[in-house]
Amino acid sequence: MLKATPEKVTERTALRINPAKTCQPIGAMYAALGIHRCLPHSDGSQGCCSYHRMQLTRHFKEPVMASTSSFTEGASVFGGGSNLKTAIKNIFSIYEPDVIAVHTTCLSETIGDDLNSIITQAEVPEGKYVIHANTPSYVGSHVTGYANMVKGMVDYLAQNSGKANGKLNVLPGFISPGDVREIKRILNLFEIPFIMLPDTSGVLDSPMTGKFEMYPKGGTRVSEIIDAGNSEYTLALGQFASTEAATALEKKCQVPLSVLKVPIGIEATDAFLMQLVKLTGKEVPEILEEERGQLVDLMLDCHPYFYGQKVAVFGDPDTVIALTEFLISLGMVPRYVLTGTPGESFTRTVEQMLQDAGLTGTVKNAGDLFELHQWIKKEPVDLLIGNTHGKYIARAENIPFVRFGFPILDRYAHQYLPTTGYKGAIQLISKMADALMDKKDRECPEEEFELVM
Amino acid sequence: MKKVVDRALEKYPAKVHRARKEHIVVKEKDDEVPVITANTRTIPGIITKRGCCYAGCKGVVLGPIKDMVHIVHGPIGCSYYAWGTRRNRGKAQEDGQNFLEYCFSTDMQESDIVFGGEKKLRQAIKEAVEIFHPKAITISATCPVGLIGDDIKAVAAEAEKLYGIQVIAFNCEGYKGVSQSAGHHIANNNLMKYVIGQGELKPGKYAINILGEYNIGGDGWEIKRVLEKIGYQIIAVMTGDGSYEEIKNAHKADLNLVQCHRSINYIAEMIETKYGIPWLKVNFIGIQATVETLRNLAEYFGDPELKERTEQVIAEELSEIQGEMEYYRERLRGRKAFLFVGGSRAHHYQELLKDLGVETIIAGYEFGHRDDYEGREVIPTIKIDADNKNIEELKVEKDEKNYRMILSPERYEELKQKIPLSYYGGMIKAMNKNSVIIDDLNHYETEQFIKILKPDMFFSGIKDKYAVQKMGLMSKQLHSYDYSGPYAGFKGALVFARDVDAGVFTPAWKYVTPPWKIEPMLEGVVEEVAGC
Repeated sequence: MLKATPEKVTERTALRINPAKTCQPIGAMYAALGIHRCLPHSDGSQGCCSYHRMQLTRHFKEPVMASTSSFTEGASVFGGGSNLKTAIKNIFSIYEPDVIAVHTTCLSETIGDDLNSIITQAEVPEGKYVIHANTPSYVGSHVTGYANMVKGMVDYLAQNSGKANGKLNVLPGFISPGDVREIKRILNLFEIPFIMLPDTSGVLDSPMTGKFEMYPKGGTRVSEIIDAGNSEYTLALGQFASTEAATALEKKCQVPLSVLKVPIGIEATDAFLMQLVKLTGKEVPEILEEERGQLVDLMLDCHPYFYGQKVAVFGDPDTVIALTEFLISLGMVPRYVLTGTPGESFTRTVEQMLQDAGLTGTVKNAGDLFELHQWIKKEPVDLLIGNTHGKYIARAENIPFVRFGFPILDRYAHQYLPTTGYKGAIQLISKMADALMDKKDRECPEEEFELVM
Repeated sequence: MKKVVDRALEKYPAKVHRARKEHIVVKEKDDEVPVITANTRTIPGIITKRGCCYAGCKGVVLGPIKDMVHIVHGPIGCSYYAWGTRRNRGKAQEDGQNFLEYCFSTDMQESDIVFGGEKKLRQAIKEAVEIFHPKAITISATCPVGLIGDDIKAVAAEAEKLYGIQVIAFNCEGYKGVSQSAGHHIANNNLMKYVIGQGELKPGKYAINILGEYNIGGDGWEIKRVLEKIGYQIIAVMTGDGSYEEIKNAHKADLNLVQCHRSINYIAEMIETKYGIPWLKVNFIGIQATVETLRNLAEYFGDPELKERTEQVIAEELSEIQGEMEYYRERLRGRKAFLFVGGSRAHHYQELLKDLGVETIIAGYEFGHRDDYEGREVIPTIKIDADNKNIEELKVEKDEKNYRMILSPERYEELKQKIPLSYYGGMIKAMNKNSVIIDDLNHYETEQFIKILKPDMFFSGIKDKYAVQKMGLMSKQLHSYDYSGPYAGFKGALVFARDVDAGVFTPAWKYVTPPWKIEPMLEGVVEEVAGC
């Protein structure tokens, strides 16, 4: 396994090996799936759309519907405008969505197609919408693409009609439907009226009924996106995925905002709840306080297994920041913290967290798994947490491994189970403890094999 | 049946309707081979199942070659998505290298797009050489590379000189051609030009290559097991569990076996022209198909001892699986299948399904050409359009030094009457009357034809799998085998039979409708009590 990876780190300036990020359009596609009756559309050659649908499907084990402009060499030379216009016409007649959410690709970006003007010229039936986001694959990562598409929703649709709706906008960031459901449950327990933007729950975790729904029940309604301009306040969860759209909404519709961590782990969830209390003057519902108490109870029960254990974490910046904070709360030592997405603020934030906890660790943005593996080879860790690609390192170095983030291609049910909120934190503890204890059970000498742990 | 097609396409705007109806034909008579339109552009906006040229080149053909470093020149996504997702298995030879677990990319950034990416590519090659010391490197271009005009061929040539290893550039930008097929061709052209013919191996008896076998889920290993048991020496496999070192020797074989006609027939043809090695269309998917293929092979070499050994191995292999296969056949027979996959599998799998008593009533290819449907005899009549013209047609000539006359012209002609030598008859001939044949199927048509034709099982790729499963239909991936396999050869057939059986009979199906939607409900006792 990964036998060609040498321990010694040599400087690389050009070759990316085993990336910890992918390109913008897939994030845009994922975000767009969170609009009810929306068909994401990839403006480029067929392969992009195919790859993104495949990857999202492998992760969610759910249908992922999206269309493509099917550029050929001609379109690449003469511009893709006519392909996109034809596509829009065909999509509305055949697939009948309410919205087409177009994202660009490195192809249409390099050609330099002006999407604003092409969309203005396109035939859009009455009452239907075409929105777009520029998502050049050679900038940022899939998280950037997600952020750009959510901003596109605001730019095209949100309106301030002057009539306040008394609602709270929540931008959940690039998290799974199970995570979104948990945040919605918390908001509902508080009885806070909200608009979740976008909302992939009910779309990418839809039930089996014997009937295929091209547009499942879930997703933010277009009317809600428009109305988001009338909300009282916006909570942007995750700086990388949600700030852009929240800021755009403030600028366009004067909705004030604050940016919070994605509520993963006890501290980020506490902060989220405190913010809700502050904004609404409501008390924390008893059931949530009870769940928090259960979580703390669990943290105490199993602290011997976590305390002082060294961890390597990688993945998307927003979720990794929150998770690292949680690991620190558990008394663990996040030794290596890495994201593939570029952004110095990731490094600053995590380094500060480590420093505040009196810990030292290696933190890197725009890194890759090849380098992470080299660090681990040099100084091993007790636990590895990250997306499916981490399993090769885990196997090569015999490290317990917990799957977290995107993509998880090799395990089932994760789209239903939250990592957010107190409930999610309990799930995470359960997974981490299982991984650590399973290794012990498998490998310890027979005379040290324990019945009770 | 034709009315069925009209009904399926009802909703289409006129232009789409006109274009799509050429891609859907009904075989109305047993001996009819209707003309189908294939290998043409997909209509923009249609939810196609097709991928791109890069996917065909790097993803399909080059990716499985394990001992080369495959650098993708472009933004990160293209290399990322082709990383480990196709299930082409490979194992390093004893002293060999295996880079299949790695993903290499130049991860182009905005400044590379603006100022050109050659410098970064040059540096990336340097870093790959210094870290991994590979024997050879491939460079695959992605969409923006062609547009900004990076000369990857020049960079490759320069690197070859600098590092003394082969560095081969593939201009397989995603927008070229109309599907993955263009990429297969581009990949093959370069392997032909630059790799095959360099080796100096002295082969033994019955030396063969297997072309168009990608070792998905270990298919190639099962095929190899059977062939080696009979006594064949496999020189090179293109490209499943493939090795650069082995492919160099491909010109030393006495016969090329062509499994996937679509992706590799070009190379088989070119090798025949250049080195004199004939090719035989084979099919290792399906028990009867495998038996027939093994007999054809023995016929080709014509050695009575080999023929006897072949029959012996066939008997042995059959006796091992027959009982269990019969069990599954009993459970599955009479069912009807909808197949949409690849450029060969939609045909191959019909044979395996037939072994299980399952009839394929509708089938098509994602990136097939007319010859894959109608047979090679139609090749001279295929129209070349602007999209095909952009893909280089390699002209090869006889290699005087390495050309061998393996069969006399008389023997060649004699064999051609008996076995599919340099010939593939296509999918349509193998299908029954009233079958529907559909090229470049899209999502809308998938739904329509399932509703109208009501098949019992659906075989396609990951993009369709769950949509079709949600419709209540058993749905299985035949690109990745739903992470199972092998499905090839004798043992593979049994694995497939078990998987299909599980898909049909999993108890989960009976829970789809909740009991309260079926049974009449009792009165609300609890509520009444509570109300007291």
